[in-house]
Amino acid sequence: MDILITGLFLGGAYALIAMGLNLQYGIARIMNLANGEMLVFGGFAAFWMYTAAQVSPLLTVFLVAPAAFAMNWVIYSVMLRPLVRRARSRGQLEVDAILATFGLSFVSVGIMLALFGGDYFNYSYLARPITLAGDTYALNRATAFVAAVLICAAVYLWLNLSRPGLSIRAIAVAPDSARLVGIDVPRLAALAFALGGAITATGGALLSMFFTLDASTGVIFTLKALVIVIMGGVGDVRGTIVAALALGILETFVAAVIDPGLTLAAAYLLFIVILLFRPQGLFGRRGA
Amino acid sequence: MERRTILKTTAALAMAMGLMAAPALAQETLKIGAVGPKTGPLAGGAAVTHWPNIALWSKEVNERGGIDVGGTKYMVEVIEYDDQTNPAETIAAVTRLATQDGADFILAPYSTGLNLAAAPIFDRFGYPQITSTASTDRVAELSGQFPNLFFLLGQNSQIVGNAVDILSKLRDAGEMGNKIAMVNVADAFGIELAATAKPIFEGAGFELVYETSYPLGTPDLSPVMKAAKAAEPDAFIAWSYPPDTFGLTEQAIIEDLNVKVFYTAVATAFPAFKGRFGAAAEGIMGIGGVNAESASFQDYAARHTAATGAAPDYWASGMMYASLQILEQAITGAGTIDRAAVAQYIKDNSFDTVMGPVDFDENNNNPAYWTVGQWQGDAFRGVASTGREGAVAPMLKAGWK
Amino acid sequence: MIRSGGTSLALTALVLALAALLPLAGSPYWQSIGISIAMFAVLTTSWALFSGPTHYISLATAAFFGVGSYTTGMGIELLPYWCLPPIAGVLGAAMAALVGLATLRLSGVYFVIFTLGLAELVRQIIIWFQNFSGQKGLYVLTKITEAQIYWQLLGLAALVYLAGWAIGRSRLGFALRIIGDDEQVARHSGINTARAKVALFMISGAAAAVVGAILAPRYVYIEPATAFTPMLSFQVVIMALLGGTGRLWGPVVGVIPFTFLWEAISSSFPNQTTLLLGVCFLVIVYVLPRGFVGLIEAVRRRVAAREGVA
Repeated sequence: MDILITGLFLGGAYALIAMGLNLQYGIARIMNLANGEMLVFGGFAAFWMYTAAQVSPLLTVFLVAPAAFAMNWVIYSVMLRPLVRRARSRGQLEVDAILATFGLSFVSVGIMLALFGGDYFNYSYLARPITLAGDTYALNRATAFVAAVLICAAVYLWLNLSRPGLSIRAIAVAPDSARLVGIDVPRLAALAFALGGAITATGGALLSMFFTLDASTGVIFTLKALVIVIMGGVGDVRGTIVAALALGILETFVAAVIDPGLTLAAAYLLFIVILLFRPQGLFGRRGA
Repeated sequence: MERRTILKTTAALAMAMGLMAAPALAQETLKIGAVGPKTGPLAGGAAVTHWPNIALWSKEVNERGGIDVGGTKYMVEVIEYDDQTNPAETIAAVTRLATQDGADFILAPYSTGLNLAAAPIFDRFGYPQITSTASTDRVAELSGQFPNLFFLLGQNSQIVGNAVDILSKLRDAGEMGNKIAMVNVADAFGIELAATAKPIFEGAGFELVYETSYPLGTPDLSPVMKAAKAAEPDAFIAWSYPPDTFGLTEQAIIEDLNVKVFYTAVATAFPAFKGRFGAAAEGIMGIGGVNAESASFQDYAARHTAATGAAPDYWASGMMYASLQILEQAITGAGTIDRAAVAQYIKDNSFDTVMGPVDFDENNNNPAYWTVGQWQGDAFRGVASTGREGAVAPMLKAGWK
Repeated sequence: MIRSGGTSLALTALVLALAALLPLAGSPYWQSIGISIAMFAVLTTSWALFSGPTHYISLATAAFFGVGSYTTGMGIELLPYWCLPPIAGVLGAAMAALVGLATLRLSGVYFVIFTLGLAELVRQIIIWFQNFSGQKGLYVLTKITEAQIYWQLLGLAALVYLAGWAIGRSRLGFALRIIGDDEQVARHSGINTARAKVALFMISGAAAAVVGAILAPRYVYIEPATAFTPMLSFQVVIMALLGGTGRLWGPVVGVIPFTFLWEAISSSFPNQTTLLLGVCFLVIVYVLPRGFVGLIEAVRRRVAAREGVA
């Protein structure tokens, strides 16, 4: 029970890390290697607002999300759309996107370094115990989990119920046909990319309550997000959620029962085993 | 057409920046090379310990008119490079400083790994390398191969040994039991310290009731802390790195870990540690420590805060600054900028630093350094050392409130 | 305009022989840049041997490199140095064979991230083992000089070029070109695509492991964070793609300007190194979409066209 709850909380954190990338890659077709930097940016905003003005990270989120949305919209429109237009094939776009966003991640680290310096962003918020079913947990992790549930539910419902959401899913399934039925693919791709960035930055603001970040840590989160998105299957919200929770629970289980030294090894092993048996990820479509 | 304009603008901009970066040359100038991480995994630590001291020292030297070399005053000009926490870049940067920039002296890089990667280059060009952030047990072997390599920070076996001594004393005085939970980060430093510590703890008659490693970058340390708590130890020892030092302490607060001694390694001595945990930090032990009452350290801390906007840490910051003082005093003492003479002067003499007197032994090792510190009140005070004055008595950890 | 195999081989040998004279020039600065170029030349060329024809982007370079570094780090106290790089090569090839067999069903981005996950898995297991075994820090204290490291890397580069040249002329190379164009066609025409891919992956894995083993003495102290840095895998991909993976000499055409660019930025803008490197990546992606090889060929075509008009 204890392991399950701790694992779910960790899985919630992973969902926050990966959900944005899933939208960006699954729909806008951009494998965004600068994803982690966006997360660190959100974390920095929360840190700064808290230390400078005692604003709760839970409120900062409402500033971070629109700012990140706008920023990512611009990034997509200015930087990435030319690549999408230029690409003759999916593979070409993938390579170009990897190169361009790798460059972007360097630029982002450089900018954050110039703006905030290289020091750790350190503050303590809601680092209090709460008791659930007889065990103690950190309130900040529980809060982040609740936020993750809300965000994932909102994304899922929006994709399945709203008009733009359905169109976005159509793009994910069949980009060429979507164009034929009159869906404004470029605009919706930008929307998905911007939304993904906003979710990632929001996640960063929430995670900064218990992760110690600095300007250079983004790459760690990018790697984690890539693994989760691929494990769950590209472009499927359910896949990302399931993969994130599975990783969270597995890591906690291994740490509690086997050996904490093997947690990350177990996580990557699970990832590799899943790909061996389902090369398209848990919820991925063949040939997608 | 458009592309060409952009390229031209970029080129012009680059040139302009290059011109701005060119220093105004004084009459007599010493070029001092500085290499360290501004980005990459160790950038966070270097931003606390490495770079601020270089900025402080060069500012102070130039404000007092420069370094005295045989009666002539030399201003210092610092040439900085970012090694991106990559040993290949450290090697490239030190080589560049030695050959292209004509640096008169080069400051030691940051961390054990990057210092050792650069040691052959320092050695080849005869630069003294006074390390303040390298910690190893192979001092004799290393200084044998690289005769100009100096170690200020101390040896792992002593750092571990003194921590065990403190626990032994507390136990023998009947203040705590002999059950220890020991964890370590699975990275070079943590592995080395844990491997050193285990036999020493066992030799001292302690019982290791919980022992594990966890990978660098573990996102949730609560299973570690829960398991440690379940083993009901009297003391919790973590050979940890900055992110997990913070993570473990936060989990200990949440789990209300009831131990008499709580010890975390790197970053416990950071002012940000106290800033984050406030009153809960009281009584936490860690690597390092200083004589917080000494006038020289207090004066240094005040200058550091005034010049860089942040307080120094209570472990390696002072050592880093001391390494700069030693270099300066050796240049003045030798009365020359001949590097061999300066290196010899460092070996033959003792130096007065913010951390107290420093006199290197036959292995170029500083034999007197702080090994264990503890948050007591508003400072991280040294409780054990290998021959420093001003140690305070260790106290037991009394809850997390 | 197809050069006969013998000529290009002789040309490569000549270039390598000239490059081998660099340490005699006596400049430690150029020596250190030379090592950087030689290291990335081997890594990118061997990477492109596999990824060029198959279009599989591997991010496992760091895993092989790290295994090589650890081979030297752990073996140096037990065995003489000279037998460690070959052992690393064998280990790298064996690991690549396992991975290759496991990943046959993966394609596209799934393969990319799989290799990334694999690199992390290998790193985690090795660190755990090191911790478990109670071995203290890994020191590689030798008398090996920069020049010797450089020559070893050049020798390895010669081997990689030779292998690439031989493959290009063999049945395997022919099979690979077909796989790259259309894997279905290749399979239907009776080519054992699996074996061809695994064979190439083994070469690239072995080469990266040997590079790691050769460079370990240079770094003196082996740490997991630096031996397995994911940055290395990305750098190799970027440089190889910059050069162009369609030809054997393509990657090195990317490595050389890239190394100079990196050096120029590192030395001129120490406080904005990362920022400006990023800007350069972006400029390159937008301005040189087909890499330097594409640029060279475009120039060549333009020259040819002009001559034609005249």
